[in-house]
Amino acid sequence: MRTARGRRAAIPYAFLSPAIVLFVLFLLLPIGYTAYLSLRKVQVSGLGLGAGARREVFAGLENYRVAVGDSDLWWGMVRVLVYGGILLPAMLGLALLFALLLDARRVGARRFSRLAIFLPYAVPGVIATLLWGFLYLPQVSPFQRALRELGVGTVDLMGPTTIYGALVNIALWGGVGFNMIVIYTTLRAIPAELYESARIDGASETQIALRIKIPLVTPAIILTSVFSIIATLQVFSEPTTLSPLTNSIPSDFTPLMKIYRDAFARNDIYSAAASSIVVAALTLTVSFGLLWVLQKRAFGQER
Amino acid sequence: MTRKLAATAALMLGAALVGGCTDDDGGDGDGPVELTFWSWVPNIELAVDAWNAANPDIQVTVSEQAAGDDLVTLVITAAGADEAPDLVQVEYQALPTLVSNDVLADISEYASGVSDEFAEGLWQQVTLGTDAVYAIPQDSGPMMFYYRADIFEELSLTPPATWEEFAETARTVREERPESYLMTFSATDPGWFAGLSQQAGASWWNVSGDAWNVSINDPATLRVAEYWQGLVDQDLVDDQPMYTPEWNAALNDGTQIGWVSAVWGPGVLAGNAADTAGRWRMAPLPQWSEGEHVTGNWGGSSTGVTTDSEHVEAATEFAIWLNTSPEAIEILVREGGLYPAATSGQTGPALAEPPAFFSEQTDFYELASEIADTAAGFTWGPNVNVTYDAYRDAFGAAITDGTPFTDAVNQMHQTTVEDMQRQGFTVTG
Repeated sequence: MRTARGRRAAIPYAFLSPAIVLFVLFLLLPIGYTAYLSLRKVQVSGLGLGAGARREVFAGLENYRVAVGDSDLWWGMVRVLVYGGILLPAMLGLALLFALLLDARRVGARRFSRLAIFLPYAVPGVIATLLWGFLYLPQVSPFQRALRELGVGTVDLMGPTTIYGALVNIALWGGVGFNMIVIYTTLRAIPAELYESARIDGASETQIALRIKIPLVTPAIILTSVFSIIATLQVFSEPTTLSPLTNSIPSDFTPLMKIYRDAFARNDIYSAAASSIVVAALTLTVSFGLLWVLQKRAFGQER
Repeated sequence: MTRKLAATAALMLGAALVGGCTDDDGGDGDGPVELTFWSWVPNIELAVDAWNAANPDIQVTVSEQAAGDDLVTLVITAAGADEAPDLVQVEYQALPTLVSNDVLADISEYASGVSDEFAEGLWQQVTLGTDAVYAIPQDSGPMMFYYRADIFEELSLTPPATWEEFAETARTVREERPESYLMTFSATDPGWFAGLSQQAGASWWNVSGDAWNVSINDPATLRVAEYWQGLVDQDLVDDQPMYTPEWNAALNDGTQIGWVSAVWGPGVLAGNAADTAGRWRMAPLPQWSEGEHVTGNWGGSSTGVTTDSEHVEAATEFAIWLNTSPEAIEILVREGGLYPAATSGQTGPALAEPPAFFSEQTDFYELASEIADTAAGFTWGPNVNVTYDAYRDAFGAAITDGTPFTDAVNQMHQTTVEDMQRQGFTVTG
């Protein structure tokens, strides 16, 4: 009797165990190890050559002090803010615009347009960046050649300021399609009666879009915003892939690039671990804070 | 990615070790010694196959790896888990880093006898100026100047003998062919800048007693930086990175008509500027004062034995064979495109013919051998990776912001010293 109940009580855990094991092995343990590493450092003595010259010792919060006090990390964040400041409005604006256009009444080649806008999302970020990198470089780009032929001359698309445009463009090309599909799907779920009654009341297509469609897809817009913000904070592969092609992207261009450099180019996994935890804490705070504020405003009435 | 590779390699190595143990336990005497070797040299497996066929007792398995800095990180990580391969390909500038991380074994017991096979400067690179031997030199990268002979002739130019003439040549090119540059100053190639600084007499690190002396901003290096700043400021050379699609196109269509590079340059030109076959010539590097004959090294690597290896003697034996035997050198030169470090190899049959891309310049390797003898010695420090990284960032910023190149050199110096002090090295100067 008792064992039977005990067995029954164990069943849910048996079902949960794969998830728990995977969670512990691949999420909790690595995070714990990172936290452990962030409290350690290497202590070299003398010339540092030969066996025993290098010991791993407890560092306390030194790595955190260095990480937080490093202006390069904060400059990286400023760059990400600039990048996100351009990217987010453009990304969501275009996604919404395309979704509304596709949803409008008289649109030809709807399936084709939808696919054509979505397709770049299927191209891996590194490949997309290489592709655009070729299109930016003056000697190999057909656009630059066309500009020269037209007498405009070569435009430096990867200069210190234009680099932001170059990066935003790559992210837009790859991301607009995905966000558009999310918004478009929500649009298709709006009951047609709403439009009919609006039309009977004499609303134009533009008015329907502004007064009915956009308010009703707000949850989808919020969702895509949060996705985009998280993706922006994690920007890494595009600038990393572009950096050998230009002088404008230093190795600490974004916080994640700096962490990667510290860990794998400078062999200092300890301070990289501390920086990762600082960046992860900030990212979590921003994402959850934003979600909390938006949720209260957008879904407030539903509760 | 790196970690995944390391894990896979560790698993494979583990399997190899288990396999080795089983053999021993069988009681049939010793099975063959099995060695693992990480390298990035193309076709090096051909040389390894030749060794394995001739040495049934010592079997080497080569595993192809990413080149340069990535492999350094990978080996340090693997060594941290006691899973490093027996043998590893190491660029000279990474040797102190690996020795400092206790990755490389001192093989002087088995290898000090072969020092005569190499030029003194190269041997010094693998001993770090101590009594120990940490690797066997494989190839070297003496720097030289490549130029488009057809365009030089058209502009009635001759290869510049001094850097002063180099600047004049660059000016003539800009005047006569406004769409072309003689060269580019690349902020993404620290090894190139290090080589040029060596030629000017720089000594970035040296050991005095129990302390490192660091002087990356020494007068020689500042002089090199100022010189190139002058060229960039007057638009006499381009300021965009090398090894980009842009640069390849420029080499191929004659908008870049020269390249200060190293002995391995023909392979790069053949791959990146295929249309220009036979039109390039090689000349010694321009000199700082007339009549001098000095060059620096850009690249070059060695074969090291790790402290994790249980067969240091066998591994050393293989490393010596790989880098000094005529048979192996011929394979490395022909199939791997290397310029051998062993002095005997530089006059061997494999180098009798010029590289295919330079078929007109029949004395290519004779000249190369003469130039190689003039390479300046150099001591690398234990954190060259940090210095190189600082070069990319500091010079990239100097070019985009228009700040002085000498500031960039000072930045490199400061970043390097700070990193060493933070790690606890004793640093003076």
